[in-house]
Amino acid sequence: MRMEKSPALNLNNVSKTYGDICAVQDIDLWLTSGECIALVGHNGAGKSTLIKIMLGLVKPTSGRVRVLNSDPSDNAFNPLRRHIGFLPEQVLFQKTLTGRETLSFYARLKGLPGENLDALLQRVDLLEAADRRVGTYSKGMRQRLGIAQALIGKPKLLVLDEPTSGLDPIARQNIYKIIDEEKSAGATVLISSHVLTELDERIDRVAILNSGRMVAEGSIPYLRQNIGMPVQMTVTANPDSCEKIISCTLTNMPVSRLSADKFILRCPSEEKLALMRQILTSNVEIIDIEVIEPTLEQVYNAYSRSDRAGGANE
Amino acid sequence: MNNMLILAAKEVRDGYRNRWITVMTTIMAGLAFVLALLGSAPVGTTNISPLAVTVVSLSSLSIFFIPLIALLLSYDSIVGEEERGTLTLLLAHPVTRPAIAIGKFIGQLFILAFAIVIGYGVATLAIVVSSEGIFLEQQWGIFFKLLLSSIMLGAVFLAIGMLLSIWAKERGTAAASAIGIWLLFVVLFDMMLLGVLGASGADLLSDNAVKWIMLGNPTDAYRMFNLTADADTAVLSGMAGLRDDQGVSSTILLTLLLTWIAIPLAASCLLFQRRSV
Repeated sequence: MRMEKSPALNLNNVSKTYGDICAVQDIDLWLTSGECIALVGHNGAGKSTLIKIMLGLVKPTSGRVRVLNSDPSDNAFNPLRRHIGFLPEQVLFQKTLTGRETLSFYARLKGLPGENLDALLQRVDLLEAADRRVGTYSKGMRQRLGIAQALIGKPKLLVLDEPTSGLDPIARQNIYKIIDEEKSAGATVLISSHVLTELDERIDRVAILNSGRMVAEGSIPYLRQNIGMPVQMTVTANPDSCEKIISCTLTNMPVSRLSADKFILRCPSEEKLALMRQILTSNVEIIDIEVIEPTLEQVYNAYSRSDRAGGANE
Repeated sequence: MNNMLILAAKEVRDGYRNRWITVMTTIMAGLAFVLALLGSAPVGTTNISPLAVTVVSLSSLSIFFIPLIALLLSYDSIVGEEERGTLTLLLAHPVTRPAIAIGKFIGQLFILAFAIVIGYGVATLAIVVSSEGIFLEQQWGIFFKLLLSSIMLGAVFLAIGMLLSIWAKERGTAAASAIGIWLLFVVLFDMMLLGVLGASGADLLSDNAVKWIMLGNPTDAYRMFNLTADADTAVLSGMAGLRDDQGVSSTILLTLLLTWIAIPLAASCLLFQRRSV
C-alpha cells in the first residue's frame, strides 16, 4: 500500500469575521510537500487574513486549520514555527543594521547559528551588499533580503506574501528559480499576489480569492479550460484563401477581419485542435497561424467577473 | 529565555547604531555636570559633603528627565514594529509574545541604565576628584542609591511606555499618550496635590492620607527615597523636619517602585496576548 502523503497545510471550511465584516469565508485548501500554490486576489480579497490564519496569528471564527500537522493557533505550535519561512508584505527592516546582521538576528530567533550566511546571501545576490546598512538598500534589495530571511533554516513551509513586488524581471526570475529549488528540496510553497501575470508556469496550482471566498482553484491550464474562454487564432493567408476559409468552413465561429489577408477566430479551447485540422486540410494556402491562449490576466478577470455575476443572482 | 536575550541584544545594538545611547549618555553627563558644579558652589566651607549636594540636585533633574527619555525609548516598541511590518514577521518566529515584550524591555533598560551610570558617574567623579575630601571617604552609599533608584524610575516608565505601545493602534496615539503620562506623573499630579493642600480641602485630608496619595506617584516615591536617603540629603532638601511617622521606609519605597515596574509589564504581556495583528 502506498503511503498517503500527509498535507503540510490543510484548511477546512475556514471562516473569519471581524464584527460584521467577513474577511474570509468557507475556505478549503490542501497542500502537500513539494507543492507550490499561489493565492491570487485583489487588495482586500482576504489573502493577508488567510496567511495570518495559517501562521496562527489570527484565530479563525470557524473551521479547522492544520499546519505541519498541528493547530497553528495552539501554544504547542510555537516550536514548529522554526520550520516556517515567512515573507510579510512590505517589510521594513531596521535601517541601522546591516543585511547580514538582520539575517543573523532572525536565524538566532529560529534557534540556528547566526553565522555562515554567505550562501544564503549569495542566493539572493546580496553578498556584496551584506555588510552595508539596510538603510542604504534599494527597494528591490530590501525585498531580496526579506526573501533570504524567509529561506533561513530550510523551511518546510514557505509563505511569501507578494514576493516579486518591486523586483525587476531578472530578480523575479531568480525568485522563481529559488522557489523551484525549495520545492525540489521538499518544501511546500505558498505565495500570494494580486497580479496573475507575475506568476510563473512553475506554480502548480492557483487559488483565486474574491471578497473572502475562493472562486476557483486548480492548475493554470485547468483554470483556462474551465472558464471557457475562447482561444484566439490569427490566420494569415492571401485574400482569396481568407474568403474561402471564412465562408465555407467557419459559419458558426465569431470572426473578426483585421485586413484583407488576416483575420481572427475565437473558438472554445476544446475545439481548437479540430478547427486547426479543418483549416489545414481545407486545401487553401495559408501563410501563418498564430494561436493565442487567454492570458492569465484575462482568466483572472473572467473568474472575478463570473463570481460577481453569481453574487448578483443570489 | 534565550530569545529574550536575542531581542534585548538587538534593541541595544539598534540603540547604539542610531546614536541613542551616545546622545543620551552625553546629555545625562552634561546636565549632571552643570548641576553638580552649580550645586557645589554654595557649599563653601560647610561640612556637608559635595556628593550629598550633587545627589539632591541630580534627583530633582532625574524626576523630569528620566521618565521622559524612558517613555521616548519605549513608546513605539510594539506599535512601531507593526507599522514597519516586522511585527507579523517576529510573531511568525518561535518566540512568544511575552518574550518579545520583556526582551525589548530588558534591552531598553540596559540602554537607559548605561546612560544613567556613565552620565552621572562621570559628572560625579569629576566633582569628587576636584573637591578636597578624600576619595574613599565620600558617602558613596547615597550615590549608589541614586543610581539604583534612577534606573528603577526609568524602568517604571519603560514598562508604562511598553504598555502604551501595545495598547495603541497607531504610533501617533502612543506618542501622544506617552506625553500625557509624563505630564500627569511629573507635573500635574504634584501640582494638583499642592493645590488641594493649599486650598481649604487640606483639613479634610489627614497627614497620612497625603503621604500615601503622594506615593501613588512613582516619581514621588523616587524623590522621597533619595531625599531621605541620608541625614545630609534630608537637611539639604528640607526633609529633615519630618516626624518619624511622616517618613516612609526605604524598603517600602523600593517595593513601590518595583510594583510600578511589575504591574505595567505584566499588563503588557496580557494585553499583547489579546492584541490582534
